Amino acid sequence: MIIVWILSITVLGGLLAWWYDCHWNQTLCRWAALLTLFVDLALLIWHYSATAGIIAVSQTYPWIPQFGISFTVRMDGLSFLLVFLTVFLGIISVATSWTQIKERVGFFHFNLMLILAGIIGVFTALDMFLFYFFWELMLVPMYFLISIWGHENRTYAAIKFFIFTQASGLFMLLAILGLYFIHGRATGVYTFDYAELLGTHLSSTAAMWLMLGFIIAFAVKLPAVPVHTWLPDAHTQAPTAGSVILAGLLLKTGAYGFIRFVIPLFPTAAAAITPTMMIIAVIGIIYGAILAFAQTDLKRLVAYSSISHLGFALLGIFAWNTLALQGAVIVLLAHGLSTGALFVLVGVLDERLHSRDMNNMGGLWTAMPRMGGVGMFFAMASLGLPGLANFVGEFLVLLGSYKVSPVLTILATIGFVVSTIYSLWIVQRVFHGKCKFEKGQLTDLNIRETAVFAPMILGILWLGIFPQPILNTAKPAIEALQQSVANQAKVDLPHDGEHQ
Amino acid sequence: MNITDLTTLLPIIILAAAPVVLMLVVAFYRSHVLTFVLTAISLLICAASLLYPLSSASGHIGTLLTIDKFAVFYIALLLAACLVTGIFTYGYLQTSKCIKEEFYILLMIATLGCSILVCSNHFVTFFLGIEILSVSLYALIAYPRATLRQVEASVKYLILAGSSSAFLLFGMALIYFHSATMEISQIVTLASSSESFASPIVFAGFGMLIVGIGFKLAVVPFHLWTPDVYEGAPAPVTSFIATASKGAVFALLLRFFAPLEMSNGRFYIVFAVIAIASMFVGNLLALLQNNIKRILAYSSIAHLGYLLVALLVSGPLAVTAGTFYLLAYFVTTLGAFGIITILSRDDTEPDTLQACRGLASSHPLLTAVFTAMLLSLAGIPLTAGFIGKFYLLWAGVSVQLWLLVIILVINSAIGLFYYLRIIVALYSKSAGQSCPSTTSLSCASGLVLAILMLLLLWIGIYPAGVLHVIQNMF
Repeated sequence: MIIVWILSITVLGGLLAWWYDCHWNQTLCRWAALLTLFVDLALLIWHYSATAGIIAVSQTYPWIPQFGISFTVRMDGLSFLLVFLTVFLGIISVATSWTQIKERVGFFHFNLMLILAGIIGVFTALDMFLFYFFWELMLVPMYFLISIWGHENRTYAAIKFFIFTQASGLFMLLAILGLYFIHGRATGVYTFDYAELLGTHLSSTAAMWLMLGFIIAFAVKLPAVPVHTWLPDAHTQAPTAGSVILAGLLLKTGAYGFIRFVIPLFPTAAAAITPTMMIIAVIGIIYGAILAFAQTDLKRLVAYSSISHLGFALLGIFAWNTLALQGAVIVLLAHGLSTGALFVLVGVLDERLHSRDMNNMGGLWTAMPRMGGVGMFFAMASLGLPGLANFVGEFLVLLGSYKVSPVLTILATIGFVVSTIYSLWIVQRVFHGKCKFEKGQLTDLNIRETAVFAPMILGILWLGIFPQPILNTAKPAIEALQQSVANQAKVDLPHDGEHQ
Repeated sequence: MNITDLTTLLPIIILAAAPVVLMLVVAFYRSHVLTFVLTAISLLICAASLLYPLSSASGHIGTLLTIDKFAVFYIALLLAACLVTGIFTYGYLQTSKCIKEEFYILLMIATLGCSILVCSNHFVTFFLGIEILSVSLYALIAYPRATLRQVEASVKYLILAGSSSAFLLFGMALIYFHSATMEISQIVTLASSSESFASPIVFAGFGMLIVGIGFKLAVVPFHLWTPDVYEGAPAPVTSFIATASKGAVFALLLRFFAPLEMSNGRFYIVFAVIAIASMFVGNLLALLQNNIKRILAYSSIAHLGYLLVALLVSGPLAVTAGTFYLLAYFVTTLGAFGIITILSRDDTEPDTLQACRGLASSHPLLTAVFTAMLLSLAGIPLTAGFIGKFYLLWAGVSVQLWLLVIILVINSAIGLFYYLRIIVALYSKSAGQSCPSTTSLSCASGLVLAILMLLLLWIGIYPAGVLHVIQNMF
């Protein structure tokens, strides 16, 4: 029941927040959203302890039997970690918009909660139609979030985001339908159930085309390099909470799609495309880092750094060994925390300076020492300082991918160097140098803001120093996926041999 | 003609009698409320009488009409569309100083024409239905005030509909010349099977028929009247043209062309080209518009293109997918135009994007419903349009019409852009001028809007029930 509970509580919280804003007042509406998310969090922790860390739970309800669609959700270690991250960043988003959002507060929180519900759905759905349903569901509220509460160029950014993700999603739908019919014709069972579709035998051309349909959707979300252009605009123009959710969660759905669907459903075709995807990943790592360095808009800089970090995730996923996959999962979590925190930081700065341009900043450490420390910490996390979360993830990915392709791994490490440059660049430009503001003009972090940053700092430290519990949680899920791929490959290989 | 035939024919008889009764009532006592109530009652009686043909065995009335389950379903849909249009019209005309009562009479006659179309099985009834529909539409388009814009739209429709009827008649004559039958089912089976139908005369005949049908459906290249008529006609009439008039003709098309094996037939290429052209032209031209009614006009061209994809699937799947999509389209379009109607009075229609700016702050609830309708047209989850589009793609992939489904997908993405433009306008800050008032939001139209909204969500979230009904209908 847990997954359905979390989904419905989140949606209900959104409705409640909207209703409160219409009939009572705005503070109550913020509290409603916040408390709902805390209930979700408590449920997740309770579930973790109740199942003694095994987690796996699944539920199925009939939905549209005519098409073979059922409401199937399942939570394993991988889903659990990502859902946990979703709820956690949801809380951060609500807390960080406490004073930033003043217009149509109820509708804002309604959209926010709907996005979170959609993302939780994506991470848990194991019916392909249901997955697509949630995949599309989170787009509309995200679109509203950007286009109503965003910055100066919001309409353009929102529409670009929407069309990129929607169009790519529709290609995935076609691929899902193709898989559905091929499976149905072969077995006589027409179903969208992931577990059923997993063993579908496909000809190599069909597998390649169907996989490309999936890859387009996930690559746009991730984003991989040629289709990343929506990201800098959307991230920059979104309100802080929107940026946190975009970077921290929405991008993860793309990576999750690769892990859960692309490789397990099409193992042979995925093996064939692995070198290409790894090259794309490395290009993303270096290209994102270099472009990040070239920005003066702080938010845009962080946005480009996301492309670089997610490149590591893609590299790890396509290396497809335990080490690299574990690393990819840690990268996803670490990036969610560190980049999310950087976006919150930019939001806090913007609230005080009304500018995101680094040319207008400088010497802020003296004016706001606490914020300086926090900023320094997250910049260090982002550049991959040992002892902090990103280092663990990216290091594991590099270790894993070295076994697959040493050359690409060496190239990917260049990303490390460039990320060091741009992260230190942030600290240098924003916090050091001559202060352009008079003392007393700027207030340091208040209690609420400190309370937002504190758990993120703790999380990054925990992931960086003692990631073993996280690795243990993800391990069974990852091994199950690897096992399924290995079995599938065994079935496929002799068959291909016959053809040759 | 026996008594069973008469009871089977009862819905059509009631629909035909109702305008006469209304006319007599209006002649003796003019009252807006009374006319409206009588219209609604006669529609409900007609809907109740649909149970007779449902229970009858074959539903064939001679060779002229076939009132089978398919026809019953579509007549019910048309009656609902007419009722919804009528209710929105009531609020729309209430403040007007013009003569109001005749509007309902014309609306009933148009519905009669549509109903005859969906159960016609003969060139005679086909032509009769189309003409009854067209003639009442000429008057309706120019209805309450006959402003210059309306008259222009009406005359445009009159001339084009007249010439398309000529094409239709000429096509029928050519086909009759060759096949010596006017029964549509026979002609279509002949056309698909026998080689003699390769003769140029029949080919020309079918070409002309397609011109006539294409005009009514407003598919490319017969779409040129659509934007002007949509813009010029009063909002409720536009909603009737967009739904009932197109739906009835599409039902006719489904009934006769869906059973054919399209994939290798000679109709395939014709319909495929029309479908692709409609999707692209409709969506691309909609991008350039600044008037909501014109945007919806072009969007309806694209939607008819999507529906033709369903037709090309052929077989029973085409009928169910097409019908389901049409149902979703009806709900959505009626809702969208309903909101435009509510915001309008007969002298001012705030149908430009500029006029709708900031609607969200003055009418949050109305805007939310409008947004849902637009998202449904765009095919976003939780709405009926999403399941409709999914069904279309499902059907298309099942018979491997890859080219068409990929074009459909590309067009959905293009289409999003202009739906989002409207939504952005609704939610942006108003430019200072006064927001459109909602003088015509009566209890009844509010209720209808709520029902449409619930239907939209119900079909969008739990379509199993509706699917069951539609799949067992045919």
